[in-house]
Amino acid sequence: MAEIVIKDVAKSFGAFTALHSIDLTIADQEFMVLLGASGCGKTTLLRIIAGLETPSQGEVWIGGHRVDRLPPRERGIAMVFQNYAVFPHLTVFENIAFGLRMKKVPQPEIDRRVSRTAELMHIEQLLKRYSGQLSGGQRQRVAVARALTMEPDVILMDEPLSNLDALLRLEMRAELKGVLAASKTTTIYVTHDQVEAMSLADRISVMNGGRIVQAATPVEVYRNPAARFVGSFIGNPPMNFIPAMKVGEGKWQVAGLTLDGPKADQDRLEFAIRPEDVTVTPGGLKATARVVEPLGAHTLVTCDVNGAPFRAVLESDLRVAPGDDLSLAPKSDRVRWFDPETTMAV
Amino acid sequence: MSVATVADVPRPVAEVNAAGKFLFIAGTVLLCAWVLVPIYLLVVNTLSSPQEVSGFPKTAIPSFDFGSLQFFLGFAGVVRALWNSVVVAVLTMILSIGIGAPAGYALSRFEFPGKATFRMLVLMTRAFPLPLLALPLAVMFIRVGLDDTVLGLALVHTTLAIPFAVLITFSIFSGIPIELEEAAWTLGCNRLQAFQKVVLPLVLPGITASAIFAFTISWNEVFAASVLTVENRTLTAFLLQSLSVSPMHLKFAGGAALVLPALIFIFAVRKYLFAMWGIANR
Repeated sequence: MAEIVIKDVAKSFGAFTALHSIDLTIADQEFMVLLGASGCGKTTLLRIIAGLETPSQGEVWIGGHRVDRLPPRERGIAMVFQNYAVFPHLTVFENIAFGLRMKKVPQPEIDRRVSRTAELMHIEQLLKRYSGQLSGGQRQRVAVARALTMEPDVILMDEPLSNLDALLRLEMRAELKGVLAASKTTTIYVTHDQVEAMSLADRISVMNGGRIVQAATPVEVYRNPAARFVGSFIGNPPMNFIPAMKVGEGKWQVAGLTLDGPKADQDRLEFAIRPEDVTVTPGGLKATARVVEPLGAHTLVTCDVNGAPFRAVLESDLRVAPGDDLSLAPKSDRVRWFDPETTMAV
Repeated sequence: MSVATVADVPRPVAEVNAAGKFLFIAGTVLLCAWVLVPIYLLVVNTLSSPQEVSGFPKTAIPSFDFGSLQFFLGFAGVVRALWNSVVVAVLTMILSIGIGAPAGYALSRFEFPGKATFRMLVLMTRAFPLPLLALPLAVMFIRVGLDDTVLGLALVHTTLAIPFAVLITFSIFSGIPIELEEAAWTLGCNRLQAFQKVVLPLVLPGITASAIFAFTISWNEVFAASVLTVENRTLTAFLLQSLSVSPMHLKFAGGAALVLPALIFIFAVRKYLFAMWGIANR
């Protein structure tokens, strides 16, 4: 059982505040992804949980023990680093066995556990090699195997796939998901890749500017972004935003179209819709197609709506040419509204 | 007009390249000769008999007569001086690595106030001319009883070697990614264990190189050795002292005894010394 509780954790580096009062609870065996652009504090948060960084304030609890003052080795964690950190002077076998040797595990037990994780990560034939003789993907496998052999309560991963090429990343992603689900550990995984986050996570914590903006399931984060940032950061192409003006109680004017919306006090809101949530139906938003990109399954059309770019993902059998006028009707249950002042969802 | 244009015919590119190539090769040969010819003469004369050294005509090929060397080793005080040189150099090596390597580690791993100033100060110690320091040091050493001892001289040589020890080890430690240490911490090591099990095996060749460099600095140093020792002279100081009274073949043999170890050591560790100055040598 290793539930992780983070209470009011903040971190400053001199005058720079990397994390502002983070509160987060990660359930036992949950796969939590910390997602955000570079510099948002996600790696700092991970390193605080690992014990490689000391928080300026707040508490970290792992499995019911307060750990924020303990060194990394006493926290029951294992970590996989972005650049793998495979020890170059040791063989793959000794790399994987390193943590077990530190724990003074008897040799037969070491042999058994190393060969089991090596088999799991498909690196049995590499055990006698040194890291200089391995490819990036193989090094990554060694790093994961080294973490798994420790049978930790918590595995922390810092952008483990970002140094791999695209195809290998796809393959490793699926494999990681399977291996980690079977290992029944709690996992915290840092990435800036939203596709990786969506495909791996039980829950995603979207971070921006040292704060967690939203922590929810991938679908929830995608469908109901808690803030404008989440909507614009997640999804490719990102969400479309159009300024809306109040024209009556619960009535909003969006690019010349009057739509039903929330009964809010604000005079202005932002109307938001995902590119795939519009249909070409009369009586919708007036749009002029600018760029048409057929992608096979769909066609991505970048249009002008009210003088601003607006992306729509349309059926590929629809014939659209640049310069065509379209009427794009938003699916009413998929429309979201944001307060332009606070950038939060309304 | 037309006459001027005729004179201004561009030379073929190949011709210019050839001229540049000639200059390059000539420069290289000159520089190599600058270094190698004295060493060659030294070796030839060392490996010749005393009669050949002082006589004429000279030969380009040594006769492999060990008479000069034998005379050198048999000369009163030489063996003692050689031994002193070795002891002082070894002490310097141990002290400068013992003090310099932790400083290099701290510089590469920790952020602390005054880090840039500290690095500057380390280099600044080389800015003081040794003659300026030697006299007050001699007085101080006499007061505390360190005068004319190998330890006293080793301390002075250590001050000379430390800046290099700090800077070389700093670059060596910086070459080891911090993640390797962090990985070791997460795998059950404390700071010391991580250093022993991960960092030390990786830096050992570089540290050895840096130690050898400190050894050579002490081995070659002559000024402090001459000023601070009287009875316990090192080889450099001994040879300098007896320069005017010793025969030619003794000077040559002594010179070779000084040059060769330093030359061999520096050659063995050249890769790390290049790394110190940021020149890749791969």
